[in-house]
Amino acid sequence: MPLITYRKALNDALAEEIIRDENVVIMGEEVAQYNGAYKVTEGLWERFGDKRVVDTPISEAGFIGMGVGASMLGIRPVMELMFWSFAYVAWDQIINNAGQVRYMSGGLINCPIVIRGPANGGTNVGATHSHTPENFIANTPGLKVVCPATAYDAKGLMKTAIRDNDPVCVMENTLLYGESWEVPEEEYLIPLGVADIKRAGTDISLIAHGRAVITALKAAEILAAEHGINAEVVDLRSIRPLDEEAILRSVSKTHRAVLVDENKPFCGVSAQIAATIQEQIFDELDAPVQRVCSLDAPAIYSPELEKIQLPTPDRVIEKALLIC
Amino acid sequence: MTSATDDDVAVDPADFAQARINASLNPQQKIHFLKEMLRIRRFEQTALKYYNQGLMGGFLHLYIGQESVAVGTVSLMGKNDHIITAYRDHGHALAVGMGMDECMAELFGKATGCSRGKGGSMHYFAPDKNYWGGHGIVGGQTPLGLGLAYALKYQNKKGAALCFMGDGAVNQGAYHESLNLAALWKLPVVYIIENNKYSMGTTLERSSAMRNCLAERADGYGIVWDIANGEDLYEVRAKTDSAMRRAHEHSLPTVLEIDTYRYYGHSVADANAKKYRSPDEIERYKNHHDPIRLWRKRLVEEGVITEEKIEAIDDKVKEEASKAAQFAIDSPFPAPESIFEDVYWEVDKQTDAGMTGRHFFGD
Repeated sequence: MPLITYRKALNDALAEEIIRDENVVIMGEEVAQYNGAYKVTEGLWERFGDKRVVDTPISEAGFIGMGVGASMLGIRPVMELMFWSFAYVAWDQIINNAGQVRYMSGGLINCPIVIRGPANGGTNVGATHSHTPENFIANTPGLKVVCPATAYDAKGLMKTAIRDNDPVCVMENTLLYGESWEVPEEEYLIPLGVADIKRAGTDISLIAHGRAVITALKAAEILAAEHGINAEVVDLRSIRPLDEEAILRSVSKTHRAVLVDENKPFCGVSAQIAATIQEQIFDELDAPVQRVCSLDAPAIYSPELEKIQLPTPDRVIEKALLIC
Repeated sequence: MTSATDDDVAVDPADFAQARINASLNPQQKIHFLKEMLRIRRFEQTALKYYNQGLMGGFLHLYIGQESVAVGTVSLMGKNDHIITAYRDHGHALAVGMGMDECMAELFGKATGCSRGKGGSMHYFAPDKNYWGGHGIVGGQTPLGLGLAYALKYQNKKGAALCFMGDGAVNQGAYHESLNLAALWKLPVVYIIENNKYSMGTTLERSSAMRNCLAERADGYGIVWDIANGEDLYEVRAKTDSAMRRAHEHSLPTVLEIDTYRYYGHSVADANAKKYRSPDEIERYKNHHDPIRLWRKRLVEEGVITEEKIEAIDDKVKEEASKAAQFAIDSPFPAPESIFEDVYWEVDKQTDAGMTGRHFFGD
């Protein structure tokens, strides 16, 4: 299988869906003529032209809301947020309009829109550009949210998100855009709501999503090499819908869990996972569930400190050793 | 600029009746407009009665006094024209042809409501009638209206999106972002500002900076704008027609400000409805500027209908409203299971996607 970058995988997914469905239109700041602020949409404007790949002004509330309105009439907009942090400017449009209109209309309307872009810290751009709002989105019934950790997952989940008839928020990661993984040449889809065991293990479950999966995998290798602990790494991939069974299956096997999450700890995704585990398989647990999240302060600029604000393999190992 | 609703400005009844779109009207159509305005008023008066009896929850934003705007504008809509509005939405809903029964039942929170009891007063929808709500956040619907226009243009359909808003919404950022996009991309949207002079309890003068009128702000975006006297159905139709033709023929936006007035408070729960304006002012509008009263007078003067026949229509409409209330009272509340319906399309349709992974949490 060819090795391609996370960025290229997304680009291929967008191109394939533009070709497949005439209602798919890519929109966002700098997505067309500039080729994308992070080059995810590179070459698409040249290939598909003005109608299918549209540069917007810096106007998130306006263009995201416009996409929601267009989706009600059957267009399938794929809207890029240069950073998911900018979603807060468009929050009313995402939460109230995309998220609630189906419910408030008693099911008469649906919004097949995708809102995508990077949602991560770790790039020394300060607190306003480093938000990870997957927990906020997941807290909103009516919206779906996925956080791919690899190029393979990014492509398969993006294609599924575009075909989904509900609003789907795809949260990517700028630190992963340049990383490469094996991706098959033939077409494939990854359903939302299906986790992936990225590393099988027997002694402890490391449960993560997005880039935290990569952190967990690194920690798992060290745990095996230096501590003789065989960790299983569960990649949630999709936060809502959530593959609860995969979580419960893994923890029922290992009886121990560390949740690794670049979200903040308070009401973050890991808080929900921890609640689920204790509610449903309390008796399977041999130790309290541990969490490794971003340190609970706004994202710090200082490059040296931001490295330790996000979950690190060391912090994961420390928590794992506490319960193994 | 003088507002045409000032007492000292006489309405010239000849003007807009002669407009192309009005000159072709037959008596039946003119009577139909009267009936539609009466339907809105009687529907809301009936709703108010039951709201005051405590049979409805939440807010009830009444449209009474503004009926000519919804009826006049909607009367121009064709197959590819779409409409969206804010939370004062009963008038537009009835004007597009939604039934009183499902609208009333929605207010009572019943399963037979137009939104199955999930939306309430502020959230009526009827996509089959090109009516896209019913939106609760001030100005929040303005990008959605733009999106309807975007879709029309994308699909090469000759249509317009009529996006209604109140005068309080013109200071929301989303509206200005929408105007910029509408002009930039030449989208067939008509922003209709129903200027009833008050954004909740704050007067126009205390809330909005302007040179002459609110619509004029469109100049800054190079968008054509106009202002209409909402008490005159002929004028509402004539000016909306011109805006819609701009959308249909040239795919260009318009901002149309329609001067109007609401007799009740911001919502029925507005405790200060008679404090931030004088009771005299309300009486003056009721007596001299009421759109239904003026239209009745005009139709009688034109010899289109007699007062007796109008009374008969009014009686029928009142009966329709009270039957709707009875329908609502007799209807069941939604089943508790329905709380989890209409959240996700894929779940409702039981597709593979809808049945994969957990979509709902907690008990």
